[in-house]
Amino acid sequence: MMPANFQQDFFSLFNLPRRFQIDGIALEQAYRDLQAQVHPDKFAHLPEADRRLSMQWTTRVNEAFQTLRSPLNRARYLLTLHGVDTQEESNTSMPVEFLMQQMEWREALEEALQAKDMGALETLEQRMQHETRNLQQQLAADLDDTLDFAAASGIVRKLKFLEKLAEEIHAAYDEIDN
Amino acid sequence: MALLQISEPGLSAAPHQHRLAVGIDLGTTNSLVATVRNGVSTVLNDIHGAALLPSVVHYAADGSVQVGEEAQAVQSQDPHNTIVSVKRFMGRGLKDVGEISNLPYRLVDAPGMLQLRTVAGVKSPVEVSAEILKVLRERAELSLGGELVGAVITVPAYFDDAQRQATKDAARLAGLNVLRLLNEPTAAAIAYGLDNASEGVYAVYDLGGGTFDVSILKLSRGVFEVLSTNGDSALGGDDFDHRVYCWLLEKNKLSALSAQDTRTLLTHARAGKEQLSEHSETKITAVLSGGELIDNVLTRAEFHEMSQNLVHRTLQALRRALRDARLTAQDIKGVVMVGGATRMPHIQQAIGDFFGQTPLTNLDPDKVVALGAAIQANVLAGNRSSDDWLLLDVIPLSLGIETMGGLVEKIIPRNSTIPSARAQEFTTYKDGQTAMSIHVLQGERELVSDCRSLAKFELRGIPPMVAGSARIRVTFQVDADGLLSVTAREMSKGVESHITVKPSYGLSDEEITRMLQESTQHARDDMVARALREQQTEAAQLLEAVDNALQQDGDDLLDAAAQARIRTSMDALRTVIAGSDHQAIKRAVEALNQSTTEFAQKRMDKSVRSALAGHKLSELE
Repeated sequence: MMPANFQQDFFSLFNLPRRFQIDGIALEQAYRDLQAQVHPDKFAHLPEADRRLSMQWTTRVNEAFQTLRSPLNRARYLLTLHGVDTQEESNTSMPVEFLMQQMEWREALEEALQAKDMGALETLEQRMQHETRNLQQQLAADLDDTLDFAAASGIVRKLKFLEKLAEEIHAAYDEIDN
Repeated sequence: MALLQISEPGLSAAPHQHRLAVGIDLGTTNSLVATVRNGVSTVLNDIHGAALLPSVVHYAADGSVQVGEEAQAVQSQDPHNTIVSVKRFMGRGLKDVGEISNLPYRLVDAPGMLQLRTVAGVKSPVEVSAEILKVLRERAELSLGGELVGAVITVPAYFDDAQRQATKDAARLAGLNVLRLLNEPTAAAIAYGLDNASEGVYAVYDLGGGTFDVSILKLSRGVFEVLSTNGDSALGGDDFDHRVYCWLLEKNKLSALSAQDTRTLLTHARAGKEQLSEHSETKITAVLSGGELIDNVLTRAEFHEMSQNLVHRTLQALRRALRDARLTAQDIKGVVMVGGATRMPHIQQAIGDFFGQTPLTNLDPDKVVALGAAIQANVLAGNRSSDDWLLLDVIPLSLGIETMGGLVEKIIPRNSTIPSARAQEFTTYKDGQTAMSIHVLQGERELVSDCRSLAKFELRGIPPMVAGSARIRVTFQVDADGLLSVTAREMSKGVESHITVKPSYGLSDEEITRMLQESTQHARDDMVARALREQQTEAAQLLEAVDNALQQDGDDLLDAAAQARIRTSMDALRTVIAGSDHQAIKRAVEALNQSTTEFAQKRMDKSVRSALAGHKLSELE
């Protein structure tokens, strides 16, 4: 049996309002305050029951922090709390101009890799970060102001594409470096 | 006349007795043990005043074992039976060891981890490492005058699950209670950070005898947060020796050396390398068994050139770590150098150039890891409240499972803060499939064949369904030591299968007990006595912990009946604790643990609530 508040959602765990726009400093502070109470290092000399609980709690606190810290994960989690399925696997119909832009960026990534051009990678990364920030602003409006969850789900799907591309750019840096 | 003190009934006489705990740096080349005495972390020397124990183990035909200087002294005469740099073999198979397989050992292939054939029998790297740890345990117990409550053992941050598990097994085999496996760069950061009260982002560059780590840490208000780690668990000072050794072979047109000559040349190569840290050239002179004279002059410039690509590999790892932390060299406030190999001038130069600042070397690079581990051991043993700092570490390599087509699906990404858990659902491939094989892997590559296989197990009893409709939930849990356990569960019928990931060589508790017994056959009585004392110590600690908890929170959180039940279990334990039946003590300990489970949960809830109580909602918007 887990204690009741082990089940509370990640926002209330950190004492934060259930919104997309959150205070990053407050999140980090709450995370550290909680870690200071539950971390396994505080329980290493205590009986096994305490150590097991500590590990479960710290694991949950880490998961909650990872979820809320990342804008994409946070949006996805908020939508889940509202009972909305983001259809990331099932819904593959993306706006044509978005797909065109994705293809263009992927080609740019491929060329930068071929040419081992770190500068081109950086330019691409900056353009992508700019686009990511724009989408996050739209998410904030959809999730916190207009409560348009269908539109928010669409942006989550776009952001997932961008996250994947960001990972590939990251891997490309390593590949060029080797 | 001073009055004698008598404690209140039910309270232990010395509630805050200092618990003996140590930090151990189990190094490739040297090992050390340190402890906190009178608030200061100190390396414990042997009876001759030496701090460093060479990580060398010699097995003699009569079954006797020498460790350290004595073993080192015979390594050239008896190379097959003198094991150096055993750390490189921990958790490694024969195919993994590559370049170093021309070392003078008779390696035996075994599932999961290679073994070494010696005159005293076939030994696993775990057993060899346990010999080193035993010597350090005895050194500490002699020096501190009592049995250890536990030890923190350091491991390279880049060690994978198999290497960590092997290290933990070695410690248990040496009779040590492992409080924690601690990453070496993190241990160094503790020693440095607490010393200098630093704030900001630091890089730790740790080049040991056989392993290389780089960690990027953020230090702020008593929190050590590892942002990323990278490295190479098969790159270290040994490889620099090997470059010099190859140069000697080439210069003297030597090939197919005997094991003895190989060891002789490697020893001279290392001495030459060390000379070059102080001098611009060195003369390497040796006589081989056939009478050939080796007499060469090696300049620092030549040495730097032949080892430049090794330095380059460390810089690549450094850049990867920075990119993973989303930082650049300019963001780094200070660079801490750890490990004897960082004494090489061209390494200090390369790192200084890379960061545009002089690296920190004010703590002895050979000792800093053990010093940090001792500080953490002192906290984990409960000797001081750790309220003043918090350590948030990460796993170095992604964990995942094999999916169709020999691909790896990552479940926990690298650089996740531990402890960490992640679950993912998988499904069946064929109609009516009733079993599923779960193959657990670690590494960054996409193909199964490019990652390290950690374990395979099967989930059986899946109800037959159409392909793709079963839902199998696989949960990965990484604990604070960075060790993984995996659970697979079929969601409709709830069939469950659980394993703590033990690499295929993995030692079960029974095997460890058996090996312990075999190694101390002539001292069996000692061992029984020791087991009893350990059980008694654990029981006394448990009683003290529960007693403290009841005093703090008993009335607040438990009704009278619940308190009485716990007190009954405590009394039961107290009646057997002084006896000689170690099984009875064990049962009473388990019963007490059982009866305090609910109390522990309530206390945890209370502390979680109190953690956030200080923050008003208005602060959060």
